[in-house]
Amino acid sequence: MIGVFHPGSSVVHRTPALVKLGLLAVAVTATALVGSLPALGIVAAVAIGLFALARIPVRIAWRQVSPILWVLAFAVPVQWIFAGWEAAATMGARLVLAVALAAVYTLTTTVSATLDAMQVLLRPFARWVDPDRVGLALALAIRCVPLLADLVREVLDARKARGAEGSLTALAVPVIVRTLRTADHLGEALMARGVDD
Amino acid sequence: MSAIRFDGVSHRFGDELVVDDVTLELTERRIGIVGANGSGKSTLARMVNGLVSPTAGRVTVDGLDVARHGREVRRRVGFVFTNADTQIVMPTVREDVAFTLRRHRLDAATAAARVDAVLDRFGLTELADRPAHRLSGGQKQLLALAAVLVGEPAIVVADEPTTLLDARNARRIAEHFATLDEQLIVVSHHLELLESFDRVIVMEEGRIVADAAPEVALDAYRALIG
Repeated sequence: MIGVFHPGSSVVHRTPALVKLGLLAVAVTATALVGSLPALGIVAAVAIGLFALARIPVRIAWRQVSPILWVLAFAVPVQWIFAGWEAAATMGARLVLAVALAAVYTLTTTVSATLDAMQVLLRPFARWVDPDRVGLALALAIRCVPLLADLVREVLDARKARGAEGSLTALAVPVIVRTLRTADHLGEALMARGVDD
Repeated sequence: MSAIRFDGVSHRFGDELVVDDVTLELTERRIGIVGANGSGKSTLARMVNGLVSPTAGRVTVDGLDVARHGREVRRRVGFVFTNADTQIVMPTVREDVAFTLRRHRLDAATAAARVDAVLDRFGLTELADRPAHRLSGGQKQLLALAAVLVGEPAIVVADEPTTLLDARNARRIAEHFATLDEQLIVVSHHLELLESFDRVIVMEEGRIVADAAPEVALDAYRALIG
């Protein structure tokens, strides 16, 4: 979900995240249950229609769906050998469609809208779980992925510059120390912004 | 202007006395704090909104004890950190600015209008839906400042906000500081940033060694560092 959102004002963008999450769950379940290729063809048409309705450029849609093809390049031939071409095609189509439908959601929904939706979903359990806290934890988890990726990249560069490419210590120690320091700074920033007040 | 008071404030970190018996009243609009690394200037600034608590003495903002009324004080005091990367919480620029307003419990339309206004003020409107982590260093610091100001604090404290920036971006931040109506406290090594301020405090080993108009205080600091 990091940096995937594609801004727009289409009806798909404007549909509440909670509704979209519900529809996504139904659609993916239906795709998994549907056994025939023609029925999956109808789901494919719906997915393509949603991309078009949301005005997602083909290039951006392809970037979201294409990584699953690497998995299929291995899984489909194996399935073909053991279960026949029809089962292999059905499995491949199901996976591509599930990823495509999920991509429609992530491309048209901001992280905060998703977090708000999750907080609504968690509200019945507010007696045991603090929905705001869970939402914030998820937001931070998403935010920390690029932060830690940058940190590891910098440490790898520093390790290379010092000629210690093979050293696990030269990677692990600075990454752990800097991660803990970053966590401290992030906590301080959250406090300064009034979180938990 | 708000009144910030330090009454006999000390802060000890382990065996080290980081801030040593400071008594101050800050009522000017723009106040700079300078000092060498480890002089206690960042600790002093952090005490203004309760990020650090004094181990002795009392800090008050408009009469509110920071240690006892942290929540109210933090609504009045916004804090900008050196490294904007660790201040950004949400994935996109707009979401991060809006994050500040969550505790204000505003209705969606009012919150959106305030976010749009502050994004426009800092020239971030076109970047609003971009991932915050992909911004340049200067843009990230502008975002950090925007995320603080959207909360409409009375006081903005900035801890070395230009240290990680190049000269051009440091100048942009300085220009934005010059336009702020809020009371501003800036900790900085960039002395030229503080030249136009109303008051500059020089710290050395946890104590205040000079407290005067910038032309006097900055000369004292230059003499101190040789």
